[in-house]
Amino acid sequence: MRMLSYSCAINEAFHQIMESDERVFQIGVGVNTPWYVGNTLTGLLDRFGERRMIDTPVSECGITGISIGAALTGLRPILTFPRMDFMYYAMDQIFNHAAIYNFSLGGHAPVPLVIRAIINRGGEQAAQHSQALQAFFMHAPGFKVVMPSNAYDAKGMLMAAVKQDDPLIFIEDRWLYEQESDVPQQGYTVPLTGAKVVSEGKDATIVASSYMVEEAKKAVESLRERQVQVELIDLRAVKPIDHGTVLASVRKTGRLLVVDGGWETGGIAAEVGFLVANLGFQDLKAPIERIALPDSPAPASCLLEKAYYPTSQTIVEKVLQLISNH
Amino acid sequence: MNIMGRADDKVLEGILKTMLTIRLFEERVAEMAARKEVRCPVHLYVGQEAIASAVCANLNREDYVFSTHRSHGHYIAKQGDLNSLMAEIHGKEAGCSKGYGGSMHVVDVNAGFMGSSAIVAGTIPIAAGAALTSFLTKNNSVVSVAFFGDGATDEGVFYETVNFAALYKLPILFVCENNLFSTHLPDFKRQSNTKVYERVKNFKIRTRRINGNDPIKIYNASKWLIERIKRGEGPALLECMTYRWLAHVGHMEDLDVGHRKKEDVEFWKKKCPIKFLKRVLFRRGKISERQYEDMKKGVEAEIERAVSFAQQSPLPLAKTEKAAF
Ligand SMILES: Cc1ncc(C[n+]2csc(CCOP(=O)(O)OP(=O)(O)O)c2C)c(N)n1
Repeated sequence: MRMLSYSCAINEAFHQIMESDERVFQIGVGVNTPWYVGNTLTGLLDRFGERRMIDTPVSECGITGISIGAALTGLRPILTFPRMDFMYYAMDQIFNHAAIYNFSLGGHAPVPLVIRAIINRGGEQAAQHSQALQAFFMHAPGFKVVMPSNAYDAKGMLMAAVKQDDPLIFIEDRWLYEQESDVPQQGYTVPLTGAKVVSEGKDATIVASSYMVEEAKKAVESLRERQVQVELIDLRAVKPIDHGTVLASVRKTGRLLVVDGGWETGGIAAEVGFLVANLGFQDLKAPIERIALPDSPAPASCLLEKAYYPTSQTIVEKVLQLISNH
Repeated sequence: MNIMGRADDKVLEGILKTMLTIRLFEERVAEMAARKEVRCPVHLYVGQEAIASAVCANLNREDYVFSTHRSHGHYIAKQGDLNSLMAEIHGKEAGCSKGYGGSMHVVDVNAGFMGSSAIVAGTIPIAAGAALTSFLTKNNSVVSVAFFGDGATDEGVFYETVNFAALYKLPILFVCENNLFSTHLPDFKRQSNTKVYERVKNFKIRTRRINGNDPIKIYNASKWLIERIKRGEGPALLECMTYRWLAHVGHMEDLDVGHRKKEDVEFWKKKCPIKFLKRVLFRRGKISERQYEDMKKGVEAEIERAVSFAQQSPLPLAKTEKAAF
């Protein structure tokens, strides 16, 4: 066993990637200070220098286009947004360009760009310092979107992301940075599609991703003490979604709860819920349930914030309801 | 540009009091942040007080002000209600944003303080929109002031806004508080030409770079510019050179993380705008040591009232499970 934290696993992946592939460079606001990116980029500036560690002006839109151009012409940029909230300025370059460029140019212009999008919330930081925008990137065609929930997947998916040729959104949650798992020192890859069954059960299925997998794991434990056996699925990739794993689980349990760290309307739950309603209808014993953020910007004040973010307790209650009602 | 006239001593006394209010307010917030009585992130304005205080001394209540993550000084200088600001920073129900926004999202519409945003450059175009209202419906009689840092001039939206405002001769004053840093990065690591006023001059508007720690110069320059803006002569940019004494965010200094040099901080502390103006007014015989002490006591009492007000206000509660927010 070699336990490593999520943020250290990302850091290790970057050291190995940049060492083995000279085309890779990092770019973004704050890439050279832990103030923005925690310890995920520690040591890279010393090792690879400012030419490959480009800490930029506060020009999100411009640097995104610049990253696309570099990717188009042979390099492998890793563009970091220290908070997803700061990505809105770059939306045109992200959606109208990175996502579409190769498609509209008949496949002659691939954009191998990895965009790291970090969710950073809590601590009364309020509505512009808390957003989880996975649904946007799922919605618009053109991206692979991954949301690793643990250190092992984070390292492996990052290493896989840099090796492939499509634009990809790699979503991290700062609340996961301390999460630890057994992480091999050697480089390895984890497939960029495919969900994982975290724990098996027969009474209900929980589908979660990223940080919500952690909360769901706690909920599964506490439900087990009450003799409720929950099957927990970690989506890992939210685009494309692994239909097979989800459908197979619902076939077994007949009950589905989708847990998403983003807003309710039009989110992951809407997509997974449709999938199951459409292709797994005959297996359902109860209406599909979801837990997500309320359709509201994040409030600042502590008690409001506490009510805003769902926890393992919210999940436990919802599963008990799901089971008792039907 | 010819800056004419001499600031009235009464006005300067007012500016001194505003600066003092901001300074003592921020120091009090820093104390409470250190003790975690204030939990939201706070971007303190200590060292930069002259800019908001002197610019806003030229404004009427109807004039608009828009602000940034570093919002307290602008709010106070525009005569926003002190109690509701303190309560907001405490995340309380009586806060100016009812506890939903915290330090970076403050507002006092009655005072013409139209809000602040935590997104760099976020309110610059919005300030121009308020200027458009004045242009379309008020014959430019109301000026809109956008306060922002040098970091905001890294963003494209800043230039889009300056161009539009220049094109339509909107009544807006762009006030760039150039404190040489955007969080950890110094200006020369972000900008090929660090002189904001030079970059903006090409949009064919009035621009001027001045000492941002000299409230008299700032007052005179902004007065001169605002008079012309209100005459319909179009926007202007005032670049005020200054320095923040504390960390980008929070009550500490950034020295510990190696972003800035201790000598620089010491150098700028010697250029304290409050000490400077106090000295001028002493020399002119306009204010005595005793009067200054009384002023300070008055301000302290006002701040303590705001603290008690904030502490006594309840925390907002989510009302029902679904429609909580
Ligand atoms: C769009 C966006 N990108 C990045 C940030 C992170 N950030 C917060 S404040 C800041 C620096 C702003 O510097 P400046 O505008 O000069 O204001 P100062 O903090 O110096 O007062 C940055 C980059 C942000 N809030 N919004």
